[in-house]
Amino acid sequence: MDIDPEDVFGDEDDPENEFYQEDQKCVSHFEAAINSISVSLKTQIINRSYDEVAICFFNTKEKKNLQDLIGVYVFNVPEREDLDRPTARLIKEFDRLQESFSKQIGSKYGILPGTRDNSLYNALWAAQALLRKGSTKTADKRILLFTNEDDPFGDMKGVTKLDLMRTTIQRAKDAQDLGISIELLPLSKPDDDFNVSTFYADLLGLEGNDLAEFKALAAERFEDIKDQLRKRMFRKRKVRRINFIIPGGKSIELNTYAVVRPTNPGNITWLDSAERSFFCSDTGALLQDPPKYFQTYKSENIMFTANEVSDIKRVSTGHLRLLGFKPLSCLKDYHNLRPSTFVFPSDEEVVGSTCIFIALHRSMLRLKRFAVAFYGNSTHPQLVALIAQDEIMSPSGQIEPPGMHMIYLPYSDDIRPIEEFHTDTNLAPRASEDQIKSASSLLKRIDLKNFSVCQFANPALQKHYAVLQALALDEDEIPDVKDETLPDEEGLARPGVVKALEELKICVYGENFKQEDDDTMGSQKTSETSNKRKALKELTVSELKHYLNVHNQPVGGKKEALISRILTHMGK
Amino acid sequence: MARNKESLVLLIEVGPSMHGVLPEVEKVCCLLAEKKLIYGKYDEVGVVAFGTADTKNDLTVEVGGYENVTVLRDIKVVDGALVDVLHQLPRGSACGDFLDAVVVGMDMMIKKYKETNKGKKRLCLITNAVTPTRLPYEGTKEDQVKTVAAQMMAHGMKMDCVVVRAQKDWDVDKKIVEENDFLLGLLSHKSSSKVYVGNATSLLGALRTRNITPVTTYRGEFELSSIMKIKVWVYKKTCEEKFPTLKKYSDKAPPTDKFASHEIKVDYEYRSIGDPNRVVPPEQRIKGYRYGPQVVPISSAEWEAVKFKPEKGLKLLGFTDASNIMRHYYMKDVNLFIAEPGNTKAILAISALARAMKEMNKVAIVRCVWRQGQTNVVIGVLTPNVSANDNVPDSFYFNVLPFAEDVREFQFPSFSNLPSSMQPNEQQQEAADKLVQMLDLAPADREEVLPPDLTPNPALERFYRSLELRSKDPSANIPQIDETLKRITEPNPELLHQNTAVIEEFCRSFELKENPKLKKSSRRIREKPTGSSEEGEGVAAAGQAMDAAEYTSQVKVEQLGDSNTVQEFEAMMSRRDSPDWVRKAFQSMKDKIYSLVEDSVEGDTYQKILECLVALRRGCICKQEPEQFNDFLRHLNKFCHERHLDSLSDFLASNNVMLISKSEEPESNVPDTEARVLPLKNEP
Repeated sequence: MDIDPEDVFGDEDDPENEFYQEDQKCVSHFEAAINSISVSLKTQIINRSYDEVAICFFNTKEKKNLQDLIGVYVFNVPEREDLDRPTARLIKEFDRLQESFSKQIGSKYGILPGTRDNSLYNALWAAQALLRKGSTKTADKRILLFTNEDDPFGDMKGVTKLDLMRTTIQRAKDAQDLGISIELLPLSKPDDDFNVSTFYADLLGLEGNDLAEFKALAAERFEDIKDQLRKRMFRKRKVRRINFIIPGGKSIELNTYAVVRPTNPGNITWLDSAERSFFCSDTGALLQDPPKYFQTYKSENIMFTANEVSDIKRVSTGHLRLLGFKPLSCLKDYHNLRPSTFVFPSDEEVVGSTCIFIALHRSMLRLKRFAVAFYGNSTHPQLVALIAQDEIMSPSGQIEPPGMHMIYLPYSDDIRPIEEFHTDTNLAPRASEDQIKSASSLLKRIDLKNFSVCQFANPALQKHYAVLQALALDEDEIPDVKDETLPDEEGLARPGVVKALEELKICVYGENFKQEDDDTMGSQKTSETSNKRKALKELTVSELKHYLNVHNQPVGGKKEALISRILTHMGK
Repeated sequence: MARNKESLVLLIEVGPSMHGVLPEVEKVCCLLAEKKLIYGKYDEVGVVAFGTADTKNDLTVEVGGYENVTVLRDIKVVDGALVDVLHQLPRGSACGDFLDAVVVGMDMMIKKYKETNKGKKRLCLITNAVTPTRLPYEGTKEDQVKTVAAQMMAHGMKMDCVVVRAQKDWDVDKKIVEENDFLLGLLSHKSSSKVYVGNATSLLGALRTRNITPVTTYRGEFELSSIMKIKVWVYKKTCEEKFPTLKKYSDKAPPTDKFASHEIKVDYEYRSIGDPNRVVPPEQRIKGYRYGPQVVPISSAEWEAVKFKPEKGLKLLGFTDASNIMRHYYMKDVNLFIAEPGNTKAILAISALARAMKEMNKVAIVRCVWRQGQTNVVIGVLTPNVSANDNVPDSFYFNVLPFAEDVREFQFPSFSNLPSSMQPNEQQQEAADKLVQMLDLAPADREEVLPPDLTPNPALERFYRSLELRSKDPSANIPQIDETLKRITEPNPELLHQNTAVIEEFCRSFELKENPKLKKSSRRIREKPTGSSEEGEGVAAAGQAMDAAEYTSQVKVEQLGDSNTVQEFEAMMSRRDSPDWVRKAFQSMKDKIYSLVEDSVEGDTYQKILECLVALRRGCICKQEPEQFNDFLRHLNKFCHERHLDSLSDFLASNNVMLISKSEEPESNVPDTEARVLPLKNEP
């Protein structure tokens, strides 16, 4: 099981009038905070559903927390611990909170002159207590602090202020010492920027450059919460540790990682228990799991035990064996079967592995060669190509990590000579120079400049998540998911593109070619009957028979016959 | 099943020049027969050997000639005898004439099938084509070949030629080879394929041992836009040939029952979770998906109503530079897009696009929905496949690309940021360069070694061989992997031998050793995730970045070093993640001071000792543990005295290091008056 970051949303609710002021343009800060938390919860439940979360308001009228601290309210729903995995009910009730907030929890400014109550201090304390669960070794613990008040002790004066500030900062430092990170999500007032340096810089321990960076990123981070893609997150985890054996007896250590894998909509959990039992088809006797397998060959049954079968597949001793190098041009586009696997060196067991790997990596990049190796995996022993990939960085981080990608190569039995399948005696038609030229101009017109492989979200998956959320939260309507994979109709309708397309069409198909002709003609002929026939084909045989039974028709024959019979009957 | 049955005549040259590779030819032919026994039980196979000393064929009886061609087996349904024939091919002593063999093979086919079985007849020629063909009685060789080719066409026959060309060619007549290649080229120009193989391993992969009738995944329009559409067919280009699924064996049937299937049936029974006594019919089962800790049930009817239903079709999204699509993003097996066969205009359109893309180094991004009712879409990339053969139309390869959800953004450290001990030096880099260059599997002047298109699957080959062995002897062991196939799983000893110097140099340059600290070193380097806010990593990534930054900026002190002892001591004391740290800090500081005292030569460490003592004193007051310090100071004085280091005591006294008095810290037992006295008391 994954144990992942645990978050506490420390959420300030500030009673000053400005907080609730309902501007025409912008939503109040409180609403903004609530909304973004709500969105973030909905994403989190899909992306990292094992993460645990607690929501805690401070500067509240009511108090509800284990330590009984004033001005702190830990929001929760039944059947759930304060810090626990998010549930549908939590999200549902949190969504409804906005209306009932003032009644249920209420807000009150907690840091007032004259009292020594310090709600920020209390909130940090409560949050730290909530995050006590679990060890820092297995989980990242974070406090996300939403606030619009850059100077929480602004009303204080003199020694009390200094004292309160000192204790609060110490509290934050204590939390950080325990491995809890504190993150601030400031909500700026429109006319007055949130000034981090007044107080929070000290609380977060920001200095110099960090401070400047923080300011730049703060707004962006807030936006990010809202625009997150629903995407199941995977912790970086090595799939397997393998030895890469280089001729001459050197064997270095590599870790493999699954960096690109198709994401499925999550496991289906059937709501019924299934029981599987094996029967002998000859005698009907109930069997335990059988130890032997057979293949019919020359009308005999040839027996193998499960062990023998895996022995056959073990054609090489595990691990990856380097066979040699080839220029990159030898790797054809059809040499692919499965998603690739990323390999990265490790010095954990064999010191010096990384050094050899880096040296080979650099040589392969420079000489534009890939390595051919045999991967003696026990289920799929296979030839693989190792392609060196240089690191690609962008200002926002690493785009491509440095390392090698292992591409599984097909065997000759896996490659089909389809091209030759339709050859006929005549020479195949080839495009003329003109035709190629007009195709080239089309290529220039419809050019996706900065295309990146993963710029599209999977519409089927996003729809699935949306439906799941709607059902889980009893939402009335299923949110519409935009299908990003549809072609850009507007772009294709630009005059330049249309012109290029028309030119290519005339150039290749000729002036008077009407492609639609044969199609529309055909579809008109396929009149009602064939439509009906199509509809009937969708039904099962038993359904068809049912109809015939009801109308006293014979029920014998194949499905085709049944359909024709029904059609004649209907025609009467 | 019988509808797809194939008729095949194997034409195998067994003359002296072929003897070297005949063992491999036997293997590959056996493999073919073994596979047919499983997948094509109704296929019919004949075998003709040429280059034999004897002659045995119908044509020589009927018209004369056609010497040294022996029909080893007439065309009939595959059986165990076929494997036996192929397992032990005769070694011939005469020169083979492949044209004669082809004609004999054709004659067998024509006599057996007449006009039927069009398109399902295949000749398979395995030869090295180094011996001359006979001159025909009339006309030129070229004419004769053309006639043969025309005949083949007329009868709907196909031919595969496997031409064995080992590197170490014997003293063969270049002229003959060229002429034969030309003749074979003429033959293969029409309706047949020709492959050259350089070594035994590729010979095993060269013969298509299993005949699969391809099926289209899609037939219809490829929409460039609403204005222009191209009719295409889509086939699978690669598809993993799976290990045969073995059936489970049941020994329950009585041994006398000759018709027992020995199969095992699996039966499922579903019970409602709420009421374990109620059996649920399969069609009424309800699917559930996890939403957080809960399972949300979704009935199939509900699902049907709301699920994603794209329209069938192929749509172009646009073109982009080939360099934008990295090779490792290809997700699945590969498809081939060809223009609708026979549709000249479609072929031209595909050809124009493919050639333009090839010229400009572009690829096309397309969105595919293969069938109506498919519940997902596929985004993929079309790469041009410009045909080198004049008979074969141009086409595209199609590879599936990942969606945003499919790419996991794992971060790895940059190589340049790794410690210099992990960076290769110049000499090591040079050794690696040499290795990469010299261990060459595709030398410019020779055949590529292990091209995927000619490399057989060693595991499958081994399975079929075991099957054959077991059929003869049920107790036979699983055979060792074939020597020829070892060239696939292990490096070629010949290649290694040629490059011994390079490999040795490489091995000398790098040193590998077992990590001595293994097991203990459970702490790993924490790779620092960077907050890429671009791809919607959002709060999580940003948070982690913060986290990591905090983490690294605050190095946790667990031991006191030599240079920043005082600062580290303070950091250690202020750690709050465990109450032990204060005690530990005190203890380490004391140890440190003792060791400094012991190490001191002529008072060179006194200043440092003073600093440490002052720090310790401050710490003890702060933590309200004055006695810790007082006890220590007393001890230290005694210690110094014993070692005749009274100069240290004096030095400390002169710098006002005293016991902690009651007025300074209420917990202390030392009255104000005594505090100053102690260090002096020890003076002699």
